[in-house]
Amino acid sequence: MTHYGCSLLSCGVIDERHFEMEDYQGAIARWCPGCGDHSILTAVQRLLEEEQLKPEETVFVSGIGCSSRFPHYVKTYGFHGLHGRALPVATGIKLERPELRVFVTMGDGDCCSIGAGHWIHATRYNVDMVAMLLDNNMYGLTKGQTSPTTPEQFPSNTQPHGSYLRPLNPMSATLGVTNASFVAQTAEWIPQHLFETMRAAYHHKGFSFIRILQRCPVYTSSIYEAAVRSPDMIEMLIHDDGIHIPDLEEIYKNQVIHDPSNLGEARRLAEPDGKFRIGILYKNESLPRYLEIRRLPARTAEERVKLLNEELDRYAV
Amino acid sequence: MATKTRASSKKKKAPAKGGKQGPEIIRVPETTVEIVSDSGEGAQKCGQIFGAVCAKMGNGAWTVEIIPAEIQPPPRTATGGSGNRVRFGTEEVTNWGDATNLVVAFNEQVLLGRVDLEALAEDAIVLLENQWATHPDEDIRKQWEEGLKKLSEHDYRIIEVPMEEECLKIVEDPRRGKNMFALGMLAWIYDRDRELIRGQIAHQFRKKSEEVYERNVELMEAGYAWAEKNLDFRIEVPTVPSDVPKVVMNGNEAVGMGVIASGMELCSMYPITPATAASHYLGDVFQKFGGVVHQAEDEIAAVGVAIGASYAGKVACTITSGPGLSLKQEFLGLAVMLEIPLVVVDVQRGGPSTGLPTKAEQSDLLTACFGQHGDSPHVVMAAATIEECFHSIVTARRIAEAFKTVVIVLTDANLATGVQPFPRPQVDARWQQTPVNLAPVSPDKPPYDWDPRTGLTPRRVPGQPGGMFTATGLAHNEWSKVAYDPESHQRGCQMRSRKMAVLQSTLKTPEIRGDSSGELLVVGWGSTKGAIEEAVDRARAEGLSVSSCHITILSPLPPGLKEMFSRFDRVMTVELNYSDEPDDPYITEDNRRRAQLCRLLREMTLVDVDCWSRVPGQPLRPGNILKAIKQRLEMGAKV
Repeated sequence: MTHYGCSLLSCGVIDERHFEMEDYQGAIARWCPGCGDHSILTAVQRLLEEEQLKPEETVFVSGIGCSSRFPHYVKTYGFHGLHGRALPVATGIKLERPELRVFVTMGDGDCCSIGAGHWIHATRYNVDMVAMLLDNNMYGLTKGQTSPTTPEQFPSNTQPHGSYLRPLNPMSATLGVTNASFVAQTAEWIPQHLFETMRAAYHHKGFSFIRILQRCPVYTSSIYEAAVRSPDMIEMLIHDDGIHIPDLEEIYKNQVIHDPSNLGEARRLAEPDGKFRIGILYKNESLPRYLEIRRLPARTAEERVKLLNEELDRYAV
Repeated sequence: MATKTRASSKKKKAPAKGGKQGPEIIRVPETTVEIVSDSGEGAQKCGQIFGAVCAKMGNGAWTVEIIPAEIQPPPRTATGGSGNRVRFGTEEVTNWGDATNLVVAFNEQVLLGRVDLEALAEDAIVLLENQWATHPDEDIRKQWEEGLKKLSEHDYRIIEVPMEEECLKIVEDPRRGKNMFALGMLAWIYDRDRELIRGQIAHQFRKKSEEVYERNVELMEAGYAWAEKNLDFRIEVPTVPSDVPKVVMNGNEAVGMGVIASGMELCSMYPITPATAASHYLGDVFQKFGGVVHQAEDEIAAVGVAIGASYAGKVACTITSGPGLSLKQEFLGLAVMLEIPLVVVDVQRGGPSTGLPTKAEQSDLLTACFGQHGDSPHVVMAAATIEECFHSIVTARRIAEAFKTVVIVLTDANLATGVQPFPRPQVDARWQQTPVNLAPVSPDKPPYDWDPRTGLTPRRVPGQPGGMFTATGLAHNEWSKVAYDPESHQRGCQMRSRKMAVLQSTLKTPEIRGDSSGELLVVGWGSTKGAIEEAVDRARAEGLSVSSCHITILSPLPPGLKEMFSRFDRVMTVELNYSDEPDDPYITEDNRRRAQLCRLLREMTLVDVDCWSRVPGQPLRPGNILKAIKQRLEMGAKV
């Protein structure tokens, strides 16, 4: 599309500003004490600082839910919209302004239930953005209802006798979508891994989908408790082209080399078998990206008027 | 004209050719022609070309599609007919009129479908394909006989035409060529410029080969020659060359061009009838202009993408029809709450639910005004003509941007598929949008810096240094901070509402057609304008004390209506949506459900506004409106 306009900052004037983590600090987060979202917020702010992203050129888009309060807590532009509908808004922002850095935060209800259609299609469009699924396996803000990722038989207020269905697997689902270009899983209680995954997602050209396993201290604290306490339950997927943090090797002894270009293997690893796998499952920058397919030469107002007059000529009586 | 000439033996006795003295010339100020076929036989193409040629020759014209809901409904069925209806005249034609004067029908069943809908004038001339009389299938021959018996109950002049037989001389599959033969017959009957017709054929088949073009021209010429040899009448509708340059197009094309003219660069949509054709048009040409038609995964995503794009810079639009509008409502409320400009076009069709997906209705007014939950002040306007389909988009974009809100433009299936010539728009570069303003803003300025006099606040978009804020659908204060306190929500609602008061103060009271006071004022909106005005003109010509006015911006309603209404004994709306009739035995003053604009006007003016409305799945006819006017006049004063 045409005419993004031009700020002083993008017109060749050297921007000498340096941003500290506090510069990205928005309102004080109102999540519960012990909520995994706090740790995700810290990792995000660290990423913004490390990458020196200009606050005004960064946009956080969210839906509705605990995780969707995220934009309020980051001092960038933010769009806190509708339940399940963060991805279409983010897509629209990128269509109009491809130069903006767009991050999307969604909960499991947002992404995997009410907005599931958008999740599939955003994956297929492959628009350059980072989409984070903050998965606490439960509707938190509405106070404890079963979500698509709630473990089978896990009780909630809507299914007090336990969840009736097997949980939806966001990893296999995303990896099953044509044109999926970056699919990773990480856990908020392993901050280094969380950060490195975000950084890899940020640098990936295309739609980067990260599922972040996230503890909810109120409704689902038991789900990840064992994995938090016994690192043996975690299997870390490592690769030179993926994430490899030698510092973590001592704690997380289950290290498996996985080449993220191997889609078949990625799909196999995504299947549930009792292990918590974290790492980049799949990454492919050669897939078509919607913005590049649709990118068009800029037209001035005068050019458009001239062309429209030619168009009207075709309909002239 | 009323002589019945049904030729029974097509081979020997050529139908209806008189003596040597040449055809009778019938001169009329205006007339209506229909061409109907089974779906897929190309009657629509024939009608489109004929309508365009009439317009190009200087006739006023109004073309409507006759369209079944299915792509290929079963052949030879009364409800499966597909085609076009062209009303044209010496003067401007503002609506589709009353009854058809001449029909070309490819079989008797689709013709009977039109008869059932009372589409034909009692003295209509019918040019009817007659291959069915000798068809190898006995059932078909029987249907033909029975069909003709039914037709003979009317005063139609039926002329059997061996279209199939004639076309077989040129093509192997006449299903793909009869329409051009029919076009040729019409060209002779109405003395249409064949050079223009060839040009239109070339335009219609521009994506096909030269051979296709030539064969179609050959078929057209054959139809012309057949008519010249066999028909004993011609109909003359004098043309008046226009002194202003004109263009001819349908309402969806006009909407598409309006989108371009308004400077919008993104149209985000999901396929839905009858709106999709506007996106088809844009999909074809928009990229030349640097624009994108984004086909989203669903209606909700379509509006979400448009809102995201508007939030990030310029104004984007989404185009839909009723069911899509319902799905978008939550997002529309969000755009109002966040004060993001957005243009929504609703090409209305019959509802509720899937309703009459291909047919015209004006049933979305209330849902357009009130479909969102909570208090959601925004703008609703309606295009009354195809020309207005173009200009209303330009206006809508400007209002959306100036007032940072949602503007819904209502058109309908009648406008969407209708074709009409209108003065060529003088496109203005100032209609285009200015580049996104990325100037720094002071961190001391709140993002919703409401001016209490107007409710307006400067627009702020990502990229503006110092201006970072999170737009939120939660109740918020001027800093866009979540605020649940009573004062903040009250103030937010008040400021958003104030914008509508300011907009309303800039609107003009609609003009009255006819006397400024009298016994009856007819009020309309949207595509019924032409039919209402024609009915009112006829009533006035008969000496009745009737005037009309037409409302373009429906929310907020323009000023001065109450005073205007007070000058008439009786006020009624005429609308293409459902209302209970006052003389229905089950209906009382207490339980009567009124037409949609009628409800708005009653609420706004406290005048006892009456209504007459119908949901026939087709445009209103001026003759029927005239009957309603007379009936209401007999009921006397009611204000």
